[in-house]
Amino acid sequence: MLQHTLAELSALLLARKISSEELLRAYIDRNETLGRELNCFISFIPELALEQARRADKLLQTGEASALAGIPIGHKDIFCTEGIKTSCASRILDNFIAPYNATVVERLNKAGMVTLAKTNMDEFAMGSSNETSFYGASLNPWDKQRVPGGSSGGSASAVAARLLPAATGTDTGGSIRQPAAFCGISGLKPTYGRVSRYGMIAFASSLDQGGTLTRDARDSAMLLGEMAGFDPLDSTSVDHPVDDYTGALDKPIEGLRVGLPKQFFNSKLDSGIADRIDDAIKELEKAGARIFDIELPNTHLSIPAYYVISPAECSSNLERYDGVRFGYRCENPVDLSDLYCRSREEGFGKEVKRRIMIGTYVLSSGYYDAYYLKAQKVRRLIRDDFQQAFSQVDVILGPTTPSTAFKLNENMDDPLNMYLSDIFTVSVNLAGLPAMSIPVGFSDSLPVGMQLIGNYFDESRLLNLAHQYQTVTDWHEHTAEGFEL
Amino acid sequence: MSIDSSEIRKIAWLARLAPGESEISDSALEMGRILDMVEQMNSIDTSEVEALAHPLDICARLRADEVTETDNREHFHRIAPSVAEGHYLVPKVIE
Amino acid sequence: MNWETVIGLEIHVQLSTRSKIFSGASCEYGAEANTQACAVDLGLPGVLPVINEAAIRSAIKFGLAIGADIAEKSVFARKNYFYPDLPKGYQISQFELPVVSGGQVEIQLDDGSQRTINVTRAHLEEDAGKSVHEGFGNSTGIDLNRAGTPLIEIVSEPELRSAEEAVAYMKKIHTLVRYLDISDGNMQEGSFRCDANVSIRRKGEEKLGTRAELKNINSFKFVEQAIEIEIERQIEILEDGGKVVQETRLYDPGNNETRSMRSKEEANDYRYFPDPDLLPVAITKEDIETIRSQLPELPDALRARFMNELDLSEYDSNVLSANKDVTDFFQTTLALARDAKLCANWIMGELSAALNKENKEINESPVSAERLGALIQRIKDGTLSNKTAKQVFEIMWTSEDSPDSIIEAQGLQQLTDSSEIEKFVDSVINDNPQQLEQYRNSPIEKRGKLIGFFVGQVMKNSGGKANPQEVNRLLKEKLES
Repeated sequence: MLQHTLAELSALLLARKISSEELLRAYIDRNETLGRELNCFISFIPELALEQARRADKLLQTGEASALAGIPIGHKDIFCTEGIKTSCASRILDNFIAPYNATVVERLNKAGMVTLAKTNMDEFAMGSSNETSFYGASLNPWDKQRVPGGSSGGSASAVAARLLPAATGTDTGGSIRQPAAFCGISGLKPTYGRVSRYGMIAFASSLDQGGTLTRDARDSAMLLGEMAGFDPLDSTSVDHPVDDYTGALDKPIEGLRVGLPKQFFNSKLDSGIADRIDDAIKELEKAGARIFDIELPNTHLSIPAYYVISPAECSSNLERYDGVRFGYRCENPVDLSDLYCRSREEGFGKEVKRRIMIGTYVLSSGYYDAYYLKAQKVRRLIRDDFQQAFSQVDVILGPTTPSTAFKLNENMDDPLNMYLSDIFTVSVNLAGLPAMSIPVGFSDSLPVGMQLIGNYFDESRLLNLAHQYQTVTDWHEHTAEGFEL
Repeated sequence: MSIDSSEIRKIAWLARLAPGESEISDSALEMGRILDMVEQMNSIDTSEVEALAHPLDICARLRADEVTETDNREHFHRIAPSVAEGHYLVPKVIE
Repeated sequence: MNWETVIGLEIHVQLSTRSKIFSGASCEYGAEANTQACAVDLGLPGVLPVINEAAIRSAIKFGLAIGADIAEKSVFARKNYFYPDLPKGYQISQFELPVVSGGQVEIQLDDGSQRTINVTRAHLEEDAGKSVHEGFGNSTGIDLNRAGTPLIEIVSEPELRSAEEAVAYMKKIHTLVRYLDISDGNMQEGSFRCDANVSIRRKGEEKLGTRAELKNINSFKFVEQAIEIEIERQIEILEDGGKVVQETRLYDPGNNETRSMRSKEEANDYRYFPDPDLLPVAITKEDIETIRSQLPELPDALRARFMNELDLSEYDSNVLSANKDVTDFFQTTLALARDAKLCANWIMGELSAALNKENKEINESPVSAERLGALIQRIKDGTLSNKTAKQVFEIMWTSEDSPDSIIEAQGLQQLTDSSEIEKFVDSVINDNPQQLEQYRNSPIEKRGKLIGFFVGQVMKNSGGKANPQEVNRLLKEKLES
C-alpha cells in the first residue's frame, strides 16, 4: 500500500479496495520502525489520525467523498492545527496548542485527509538546512550525515523516505523547493496569494506562501487543487479561479517555450547539477519544448534584497511572542522589561534572533531608506526582469540549488554562506511567482532538483511540464537505500 | 560596514532581546558581514524606481462591518501563561 | 515678558462601528474583560487582519466634512513598540498615506470672533487594550476588549494659541463627529480623547519652542486646565532661565498639575513600515461622491441657515448648531410649532434651565421635542399665554400627558372671547376711578405706561387667562372714550 502515490491511493480508496484505517495503520507501522531515524516529525499523532481515518471511511462509504478523502498527510509545524501542538520548531511555542485551524488545514480536513504528523522545520522557517529547529535537525534519507534542506526539511525528508504520501510546506525564500531538491521529491510553491496564509505562522508576510511536497507532479496537482482558493480571512489571498490542475497534466508540451536564464548557469553551479539539468533539458526538447536563452539581469541582487525585506518583516511579525498571552514565559520575571527580554532571549534560537536583529536594524530610524526602501526598489526591478522574460517564454527553467545536500554543521557557523545557497530560489518569492522543483537524477548519489518558474497563476503549466517530464523519466520513483518499499 | 556594541545593544533593546556580552560582540561582527553583503544593492541606481511592497499590484478587499466572533475567552486563556479574573497578567507596570 | 502659546492637538476618536477595524469581534463597550477579544485581536500566531469597510467610510466622511483631500490609495503601516496592551507588538496605523490629509475647521470663540484651524491629517488606526493596575497584587491585568477598536486620529497644525482655542477646536471636532454619526463621542468611556502638544515662544519669534506632550486628556474642562497649567509651568521655567524638556506629561486633575511620565521617556523608534498583511486601500471618485451625497447638514451650514433663513440671532444660531442633539431637538420642535424664535427661546430658556437643574442632557429630557412643539403650538394659536404655557410646561415635566389634556384638565385655556374679557375690563375700570382720572389727565405719551396698571389688574382677575392683546385693545378703546 505504501508504494502508491496520492493519485493511486485515491483510486483505491474511492473504489473501496482499501480503507483509510488500513492505509493509516500501514503508515503508522512504517513510522514505528523508520520514523525516529530521520527526526522528521515534531508531533506524531496516530490516535487523532485514527479518529480522522474512521470518519473518512464513513465518508467513503457514502460515495460522496472527495478524491483526497482518507489519505494521510503531514503538516509542516508552521500550520496551526486546533488542539494540536503547533511549535514552529521554536522553544517559544513549545507549549503552544493552537486554538484554531489554519485555512489550509481546514480545507484538507474537510476533504477528508488524515493528519498523521506535524513535520520538523527550521525555527520559524528561518534556515535552509532544518538545523535551526529547537527539536534538532531532521536528516536526509539519502545520506543521514546530510541535511534534508529547509525550512520544510521534515516534510521533504518524510515524503522522500515514504513515511508520508504527501506533506504541506511553506516557502519564503525556497523553503519548499530547496528541501524537495535535496531529498529528490517534487515541491511546489504557488503564486503569492494562491493559497491562504491564515493560520500559517508568519515569517515574512509578503513572501510566505504555502505549498506541497509530494512524490510527483500529479500528486502536487491533486493537493494544490484542494489547498488553493480565495480566503476572506487573508487580505492578500487572491480571488482568482482555481484551475483544473489535474485536468491539464496530460496536455502535450509541443511548442512550449522554455527560457534558461544565463544568470542561473554560472561557474558557481556544481558541475554534477549542471549535467543533470542539461539531460533534463534534452528530454524536454525531445518532447517538443523549444529552448531559449534569457536574461534575469538583477538576479545577483535578490539575496541582498531578500535579506533586508525578510528580516524586516520577521522582526515585526515576531514581536507578538512576548510571553503574555501564549507561548514561553521566562521564570520569575522581575518586571515587564525582564519578562519581555528574557522570554524572547530564552525562547528564540540563534538564527531567529540574528534575523530579528538585522530586521530591527534595517527598519530603524536613519537606516530605513538605505536598506528597506532600497530593497523594495530592487524588488521591483527583479519582478520586472521576470515580466520581461515572460514576454518571451512560457516557463523559466534552471537548477533549484547551486549544490546538492550539504553536510550537517557544514554551514551552521557561517550564516552568510547559508544565505547564499538560496540564490536561485529567493528571486521567485520577491516576485511572487509560482515555481516547482522536481528530481532530475543524481550527482554523487545525491538528488538533483530542477526548478521550473511560471508566470502568475500559471501553476497548471508548471505541473503539466513537470508531469510530462515525469512520464518519460523515473527519477521521482527512486527511493533511498534503507527506505525502499 | 562595522557596527559597534552600543548600537547592537540599542537594537537588542528595541527588539526586546537580552544578548550576553560575547553574543553582542559576535553579533556586531556577523551583522557587519551581512550588511556588507546587503549593500551590494548600492551597485545600481534606483532613484527612478518605485518601491514594491507587495508582489501583486492589487488593492485591498474590504470586510463588511459585521460581528462574526463570539466569546472564546476560556479557550484562549487555557494557553496563556498567567491569567486572573479574566485578565492576562504581567508584572506590575508603573506609570 | 510677552509669550505666545503654540498648541497642536491630536484627537483620537473611536468610530462607532459594530465590529473591530481588523476583526469580526464586537466593539460594544463595557463587556467583561477579554470576552470581546478574538484570535485576531489577541495577535495569536498565524492570524491576519482584514479591513472593516465601515471604518474606511467613516474616515472619508470626516475628511469630506472638513474639506480635506481623500487619498486615492491609502496604506496601513505598522508602528512597532512593546507594551502589554498592544498584543502584536505593533499597532496597525497609517504613516505615509493616511486616508485624510489637510482640511479646515472653523472655531467660534466666546468674544464672537472666528478662526480657521488647519488639520494636518486624519488617519485610521486600531486602539490598544487596557491595563488595570489595581486589584491584581503585584501584577497588572490586561483586558484586550478594546484592542482593535477603530480610531481616527485627527492631527491639527500647531495653530491654536490658547487653551480657549484648543477647547473650542476640540468641541468643534466633537460636534462634527457626532453630526456625522461616526462616533458616539462619549468621553467618559474614552471614545473621544485628546493629546495636546504645548509649547511657548516669545511673541514675534518664528521658531517653535520645545514642546511637552500632554497625554490622554478626556474632558473639555481638563484640556483647558491642563493646557493652562502647562503654559504657566513653561513660562515659569523660561523666565527663570531654564529650559523646557521635550517629554510626555500626564495631567493630574486632582492636584491640577502636569507631571512627567518618566517611564515613557525612553527614546522610541517606531520603525514604521507598510503592513505586508494588508494591501493598499483604493478609494475611487465614485465612492467619495456617494459618501458625499449622504452627508448630513453640518454645523457651519446649519448655523448659517438658522441666521439667514430663520432670522435667528448669531448667538442663538451658535447654540442651536453646536450640538447635534440640541439641533435635532430644535428642528423637530420647529417642524411642529413653525416659529423659530419662539422655539429657540423655549429650548434655550425654560427647557435648558429645567435640564440644568436636574443635570440632564437634552436627549434625556422628560419633555420630548414633539411635546414641546405641541405646547408652543398652543402659544401660537392663542390658547395659552406665555405665563400659562410655563405652568403647563411644569406639569409636562413630571407627567406624560399631552399639553392639550393638561390645558383641558387645568382649565388653562386663554380667554379670547371679547365679551368675556370686556366684563373684566369694565369691572377694573369701575373699581379704579382714581387711576382712570389720572390716565385721562395725562399727556398721550405717558398713557402707555399707565395702561400697564389696568392690564395687570385684568390679567390678575382673569387668572392670567385673558388674551393680553385683546385686553390691551379693549382697555385702550374704553379708557380713551
